[in-house]
Amino acid sequence: MVVSKDEIMEIRASDHVVLVRQAVRKWSTELGFGLVDQTKIITAASELARNTLDYGGGGTVRLEAVESGGRRGLRLIFEDQGPGIVDLEKALTDGYTTGKGMGMGLSGSKRLVNEFDIVSRVGEGTRVTITRWK
Amino acid sequence: MERIPILRMGGFLLVTIQVDMHDRLVTTLQDELTTMIAQTGAHGVLIDISSLDMVDSFIGRMIGDIAGMSRVLDAETVVVGMRPAVAITLVELGLSLAGVRTALDVEKGMGLLRAATRRRLAEADDGGVER
Repeated sequence: MVVSKDEIMEIRASDHVVLVRQAVRKWSTELGFGLVDQTKIITAASELARNTLDYGGGGTVRLEAVESGGRRGLRLIFEDQGPGIVDLEKALTDGYTTGKGMGMGLSGSKRLVNEFDIVSRVGEGTRVTITRWK
Repeated sequence: MERIPILRMGGFLLVTIQVDMHDRLVTTLQDELTTMIAQTGAHGVLIDISSLDMVDSFIGRMIGDIAGMSRVLDAETVVVGMRPAVAITLVELGLSLAGVRTALDVEKGMGLLRAATRRRLAEADDGGVER
């Protein structure tokens, strides 16, 4: 997989979630994503950016325009140094939440992308990587 | 402070969401709308989301909450103008907006609210006859 372009954005305030959405919209348009694909990756990004802020205590997202086997895609890596997730399996279940949300963020965004990977260590933080191919 | 305008039209309240909403703005709208329903005694709320290019679980929950709060305050909520791509994404995300009435556009939404008002008046009349 080749990364042709990348950028790191901070997620420290609720306004930053909006900025992340706008950046993902711009990148997915530039990559030639269709309207539904754009909407899906923007929505997933919004969910994960909010998770980074609310549960991870803030962090970063790295946007990458990627290419593999002639396909182009957008990869987003959300990272925080927060408390981490104790029970990953539970966290990925629809409707499960330790906060005040609906518990659809992680499980829902997983359904909106082609590739989804999560690494979390208690006391160290969480990294969620998603990719949507064109 | 940035806010979303709430217009009064007859017995209804009209909200057109035209900005990319950050979470605080969503919460503010919820507070202001419920206050205004109570103040004006409005029986219907129409929320136009045709400018929104995404609805995530936070905004989805806000819409559901507004519908629920309005119902308790004796007002009907209709959400209009959802884009097809947004609808597809919302359902895949796992939200169905259960309990929220929707219509394709503002005109059809107003039609729903007017019909609900007529039903309400008819029921009030029936009550009068029984007495």
